[in-house]
Amino acid sequence: MKALSRVYLFLIFLFLYAPIAVLIVFSFNASTTMSRSVWSGFSFRWYSILFQDQMLLDALRNTMLIAATAAIVSTVLGTAAAIGIFGMKKWTKRVVMNVTNLPMVNPDIVTGVSLMLLFTFAARILGGSLGMFSLVLAHITFCLPYVILSILPKLGQMNPNLFEAAQDLGCNPLSAFFRVVLPEIFPGIVTGMIMAFTLSIDDFVISYFTSGTTQTLPIFIYSMTRKRVSPEINALSTLLFGTIIVLLLLINLRNSKDKKPSRAPQMEV
Amino acid sequence: MRKKWFSIILAAAIVASFPAGPATAASVPSTGVTINVYNWGEYISPGADGSMNVNEEFTKRTGIKVNYTTYEDNESMYSKLVSGGASYDVIFPSDYMIAKMIQEKLVQKLDFSNIPNYKYIDQSYRNEVYDPKNEYSVPYTWGVVGIFYNKKYVKEKVDDWKILWDPKYAGKILMFDNPRDAFGIAQKILGFSYNSTKTEEWTQSAKLLEQQKPLVQAYVMDQIFDKMSSGEAWLAPYYAGDAATLVSQDPNIGFAIPTREGTNFFVDAMCIPKNAQHKKEAEEYINFLCEPDIAAANMDYVGYSSPETAAKKLLPKETQENPIIYPPQSVLKNSETYTNLPDDTSLMIDTLWAQVKMGGPGKTATLAAVLAGFLLLYICIVVFKKIKKKRELQ
Repeated sequence: MKALSRVYLFLIFLFLYAPIAVLIVFSFNASTTMSRSVWSGFSFRWYSILFQDQMLLDALRNTMLIAATAAIVSTVLGTAAAIGIFGMKKWTKRVVMNVTNLPMVNPDIVTGVSLMLLFTFAARILGGSLGMFSLVLAHITFCLPYVILSILPKLGQMNPNLFEAAQDLGCNPLSAFFRVVLPEIFPGIVTGMIMAFTLSIDDFVISYFTSGTTQTLPIFIYSMTRKRVSPEINALSTLLFGTIIVLLLLINLRNSKDKKPSRAPQMEV
Repeated sequence: MRKKWFSIILAAAIVASFPAGPATAASVPSTGVTINVYNWGEYISPGADGSMNVNEEFTKRTGIKVNYTTYEDNESMYSKLVSGGASYDVIFPSDYMIAKMIQEKLVQKLDFSNIPNYKYIDQSYRNEVYDPKNEYSVPYTWGVVGIFYNKKYVKEKVDDWKILWDPKYAGKILMFDNPRDAFGIAQKILGFSYNSTKTEEWTQSAKLLEQQKPLVQAYVMDQIFDKMSSGEAWLAPYYAGDAATLVSQDPNIGFAIPTREGTNFFVDAMCIPKNAQHKKEAEEYINFLCEPDIAAANMDYVGYSSPETAAKKLLPKETQENPIIYPPQSVLKNSETYTNLPDDTSLMIDTLWAQVKMGGPGKTATLAAVLAGFLLLYICIVVFKKIKKKRELQ
């Protein structure tokens, strides 16, 4: 039985990570035919080409800029919204939650087209055209519900008396928020922000409709499909994957370090 | 009271963040003009791996900046242009799309006095059917459609489209995943025109494609390269420009152009959309791309054929003499160019194509029935649960 469960676990991880492993291996392929399936020796060729390709680097820069802005803005807005929604009465809360969840359950294509219509309409009235700004707005729109959803449970877990206790001990509401509430819900905020960032990086459909003359990385990659998706993309994906792994490791290390001292006083109480 | 202040500050912060957005976006074009160029993916020399960075070179020579973006097919370029919100200065549609855009007044006439390098374009590529008076477009590349085959497994001579219907190669045949190219092959086998408007001709082609379907391994576009070079597939139709690289790298792969039945001769040309904001600079860009050395640099990277003899002469000798990239006139004799089809014809082709791929109207009906069955089951479960709950409450 145990062996069976091990095999099952192994299979699950195989299906999850085999595609990434293949991608990483083929990013070192020396083949000049841009082949993605025939191995012809080890080289860093595609990595060097990657860093010379100005178009790709521009697209990458746009994507990163948009993701960072969207993540930060939607985290700030989402935190405020989550705290506001948490304090609402039962029925208003339900209604507001349904409204905020709507962009999440809505198919991307509907969100994309409707945002495009809205933006082109606004652009016609106010002047200007779609581009970086409309992309950032669109990304904030679809990231917000995820941020709110990841913060709300943290608020629920928090002892509701803590905020009042802090005020009793001499905090004004603002400093009570920053000193007591914010640290309590901080893990939720970080999760929400990371989620917003990754969602923004790999969004294709909504960006496709709202991008105007700006190009993000997913759109750039998709446009290669008449010819061939160049192995540069393998190299780039490998680098992105590596960065994310390192980031995750750092966060986990920091968390495990933090936990020991923070748990101790709790035990004493 | 404090709460109110907090929300006011928050609102102010949100408002303040708005101008910051467009300011960063606008800081790029602050000096000089930026033109928006919308081209096919990987269709220009990018400056990696020793090639020339064409856009950078243009900025260096003229001071005009280029915002270069890419698309994957004519239709998505068209929809982006029509849906608004984006104004482009130079686009690169194919033949039939140019005809369509001229008809719908989406592109404007070019001022050829700003494009002196037009003189390099060979006579034979001017005044094509899609732009008979040559007022709207300057050809960028051209090419033909042919058949890739794996010499190890396909021993016979490949010279007509019918080989894609040969049951000997069942499961090893690839086919275009777009209606115009897929139907085009069937049309040529039956001896019809690509630009036919007769319903019965297209339905006959659809029948032919349905016959071929069991033999087809997959309907794909760019995956053809992987599937061919790994030996997973043996026969596949595709564009000649992409064939040259694959054939030169892999001795097992051959490429043939069916001359007897005829093939598709296509042109991708440069146009200026009606709502372009920098027409003059756009014409300067087109002129720049017609410069023989620039055109040669682009063709060297892209692999397609140039409409300029002067540019062709600057290419490596083996490219110039490559019969795949520059086929002899005898090969092109029977070829035909796509033109814009009337709306009802293209709609009919799309419907027929959907039927071919889905497996006819019969299968759609079964699919609908299955879906309806699931829906009914779901409703039953929901109703059953509700009733149960009510009973428990009582």
